[in-house]
Amino acid sequence: MIELTRRATFSASHYYWNEAWSQEKNEAVFGRCARRNGHGHNYTLEVTVAGEADPVTGFVVDLKWLKDVIEHEVLAAYDHRHLNLEVPEFSEQKLIPTTENIAISAWKRLELAVSKAGGARLSRLRVYETPEIFAEYRGEK
Amino acid sequence: MATAYFGRRYTLSASHRLHADSLSNEENRATYGKCNNPHGHGHNYVVEVLVGGEVDGETGMVVNMASLDATVQTAVLDRFDHTNLNFDPLFVNQVPTTENLTKAVFDVLKEALPAGKLEYVRVEETENNFFQYQGQ
Repeated sequence: MIELTRRATFSASHYYWNEAWSQEKNEAVFGRCARRNGHGHNYTLEVTVAGEADPVTGFVVDLKWLKDVIEHEVLAAYDHRHLNLEVPEFSEQKLIPTTENIAISAWKRLELAVSKAGGARLSRLRVYETPEIFAEYRGEK
Repeated sequence: MATAYFGRRYTLSASHRLHADSLSNEENRATYGKCNNPHGHGHNYVVEVLVGGEVDGETGMVVNMASLDATVQTAVLDRFDHTNLNFDPLFVNQVPTTENLTKAVFDVLKEALPAGKLEYVRVEETENNFFQYQGQ
């Protein structure tokens, strides 16, 4: 089995806020991330798919195809958006767009499209909020 | 909720000298080369920590970064940053290779971690070499 990873970047804003909590508690738990006007990051997405290399093409998946899938499924929704206000999985479900939740949400957006490619499956998804802060999801329930 | 992983990278600057007391001076030089130079040398180490666990339904987090930072600061950075590793009690009886430093950081952090399971510790000695330990 081979793992293949494609990186992509997007820029977005967000804030951390739990509607069920008081302002004091939100500020105590989330600190500067709780400021209601939000703040932004240059996120880096690392999408890893696993599979066997096709005997004819030598590809696990076509990287151009994977690049396009990431663009359609994730970047088109997240890039230059306010995650809390404009991205349905966060805005409609009141899900806090933490790095962990962004990783899980991006996984859900990619899983079906990647599985349609045939042999490959989504294996790991990393979201870097900064070069020093990241979250990873491996599809574990 | 789902299991996810939260990762964080820290830097620490420290010096060390690779020298095994059980080897002769010649053997040490042959084994460790310039890393055996008598007065030691230093690195800007990068310590990458990955913590796994359930994503908390209230916070959306595996671990609160402020708590993780505070723990790493107290348990690791305050102990090793701007020190000579050879003088740490952990390295009295073992050579402070980055392999051994990685294990030491893992063991120290595993004890002190506020929440979640320590998935791995990776220590980058330079941009071109790094070591990872998962507790096995």
